[in-house]
Amino acid sequence: MFASKRLGKELQKLHDHVPPGIKLIKADDFQEWLMDIQVIDANPLYQGETYRLKFMFSGNYPIEAPEVVFVKDDAHPIPWHPHVYSNGIICLDLLDRQGWSPVHNVESVCVSLQSMLTSNTKKERPPGDDNFVRYNTQRPRDINFVFHDNQV
Amino acid sequence: MLPLFHPLMQRLDSDFDIDQDDVGFESQDKDIIPAKHAYEVDFTVYSPEEIQGHQDKQIAEVSNILGQPPEATAILLRHARWNKERLIDQYMEKTDEVLERAGLGDTADAHPPRLERIPGFVCDICCEDDADLDTFAMICGHRFCVDCYKQYLQTKIKNEGEAARIRCPGDGCNRIVDSKSLDLLVSANLKDRYQELLTRTYVDDKDHLRWCPAPNCVYAVDCRIKDKDLMRIVPTVHCECSHFFCFGCSLNDHQPAPCSLVKKWLKKCEDDSETANWISANTKECPKCHSTIEKNGGCNHMTCRKCRNEFCWMCMGVWSEHGTSWYNCNRFEEKSGHEARDAQARSRQSLERYLHYYNRYANHEQSAKLDKDIFLKTEKKMTQLQNTTGMSWIEVQFLDSASQALQQCRQTLKWTYAFAYYLARNNLTEIFEDNQKDLEMAVENLSEMFEKPIDQLQGLKVEMMDKTAYCTKRRIILLDDTAQNLKEGKSLVRSLVLVTCTNQPLGQWKFNVTLP
Ligand SMILES: [Zn+2]
Ligand SMILES: [Zn+2]
Ligand SMILES: [Zn+2]
Ligand SMILES: [Zn+2]
Ligand SMILES: [Zn+2]
Ligand SMILES: [Zn+2]
Repeated sequence: MFASKRLGKELQKLHDHVPPGIKLIKADDFQEWLMDIQVIDANPLYQGETYRLKFMFSGNYPIEAPEVVFVKDDAHPIPWHPHVYSNGIICLDLLDRQGWSPVHNVESVCVSLQSMLTSNTKKERPPGDDNFVRYNTQRPRDINFVFHDNQV
Repeated sequence: MLPLFHPLMQRLDSDFDIDQDDVGFESQDKDIIPAKHAYEVDFTVYSPEEIQGHQDKQIAEVSNILGQPPEATAILLRHARWNKERLIDQYMEKTDEVLERAGLGDTADAHPPRLERIPGFVCDICCEDDADLDTFAMICGHRFCVDCYKQYLQTKIKNEGEAARIRCPGDGCNRIVDSKSLDLLVSANLKDRYQELLTRTYVDDKDHLRWCPAPNCVYAVDCRIKDKDLMRIVPTVHCECSHFFCFGCSLNDHQPAPCSLVKKWLKKCEDDSETANWISANTKECPKCHSTIEKNGGCNHMTCRKCRNEFCWMCMGVWSEHGTSWYNCNRFEEKSGHEARDAQARSRQSLERYLHYYNRYANHEQSAKLDKDIFLKTEKKMTQLQNTTGMSWIEVQFLDSASQALQQCRQTLKWTYAFAYYLARNNLTEIFEDNQKDLEMAVENLSEMFEKPIDQLQGLKVEMMDKTAYCTKRRIILLDDTAQNLKEGKSLVRSLVLVTCTNQPLGQWKFNVTLP
């Protein structure tokens, strides 16, 4: 109820207008949405690629942060980034309990991720990506990431 | 009673002067009965009333110094994470700023928190813009509708357990929601929870205090161990509720293995659980007739119901061959380099090596649980026996002692295998394994007696009491030796990496992993 009221309004706004490089793909309910993002400027790491984001909302959204992951399919790779694991899990303080503010919304998260990619120059995965991807069984919101830099 | 270290023996007076915190601690040492063994640390257990008492006392004292009423002082102290000295320093230097930051400034007095209706307001959380929307903002000006603000606070308090330091919901705003605002916005049914959380922050904020992790336990333990010493000391403490736990990491007692090894080991077990699962399963096949055998007691001496084959649960070897020579079973014989040259064989050997230790680790864990079941059953039968033989309840207490000793020893044995897994070979490791073997043999003997039918238990009483005392003694020797070496080896332990190095210094532990 809390979430659906807010998400209804967000949806309306997204239908009216979306920032460049961001596209609403699927929003059939108030539990799970799909968004596509592209990096607009000429960063060679991300040229010509489109990334797909899955948003999952609890009934208490936006008081609680949504869970946001990159999803991989034939048309959508997982972008290279030192804070993006190869299974699509994102380590970003904005999405963490401590860093989240209920003022944020789907659009602002997309814009933040877009700019996180834009400013990146390293074709790298987070340290320990192999092990994390192999062994992690936790949902993103239950993982305690240590935020080693605040430059993202 | 087992000759164990008991927390009551070193309980301090209830008016223990916690105010003196770091400076005063040495002066309290004289009140503490010094630890008897190398593996024991000093600690004190506090009840909720005592913890409240410490808080009240600190509040009263700081209240006097600052000239602030106790309520305001409590807010200031919580805001300063109970760092009294820093609060006083900062207060003396910049009073207004300190008050302001804790939500107690002049501005707060002049403008007590209140709800307002603002024309043209749109709430950034729910996007409502009704004209009759009640709104709230702290001095930082981040304004939201009152429903959203309440929902936000409720989530923080109820779901996330926060109280003293809830931040403003505004993006990137570090303003802490002050207690007056909370009073205005938090519903009555959450106030109790809020108060409880406030009290808890005192223990949470003090490095030398920890809540007992046992479910529903209300005690906290005070232990002055420094984080940097956790590599060479394993600070097991014993709560009033009888729970033994590690002050360093709050896990169940894991002596003799240091916290960081335990963490590594548990991570490894988790990662390797699929390969290792079959080992920890509660059933195995009889090595002779292959019928399925279920382990129903703590002892490793198994007899197959079908073919009467007697074998060892751990190594599946014939029991008669090693009934008295346990060393065949506690030590993994490193295979020669010949086989190891092949990479495939090496990885198989490394898995085998791991399984060897894991098998024994899991076995003791499992047996400790089974021993407990057996005691519960025995307790029931002993009640019946009392009625028929006239033995008194006191006279059957030796079983309780034996059961407790068994569980404690198995707990220790369990962790000796995790510890040994990470040990590189040297003379110290040999001594350690001898100690381990002695304890293991004693434990298996006692465990076997323990499983005898009820009518035999009466006659075994003296022998069992001796064995119980012996097990406890062997456990103390093992823990004492290991702890002593761990303490002395402090400088080396931190930087050790290699497994294969053969010129190891004598008298110090060498691990085949890097420890922090
Ligand atoms: Zn609102
Ligand atoms: Zn604010
Ligand atoms: Zn307890
Ligand atoms: Zn520990
Ligand atoms: Zn058999
Ligand atoms: Zn054996």
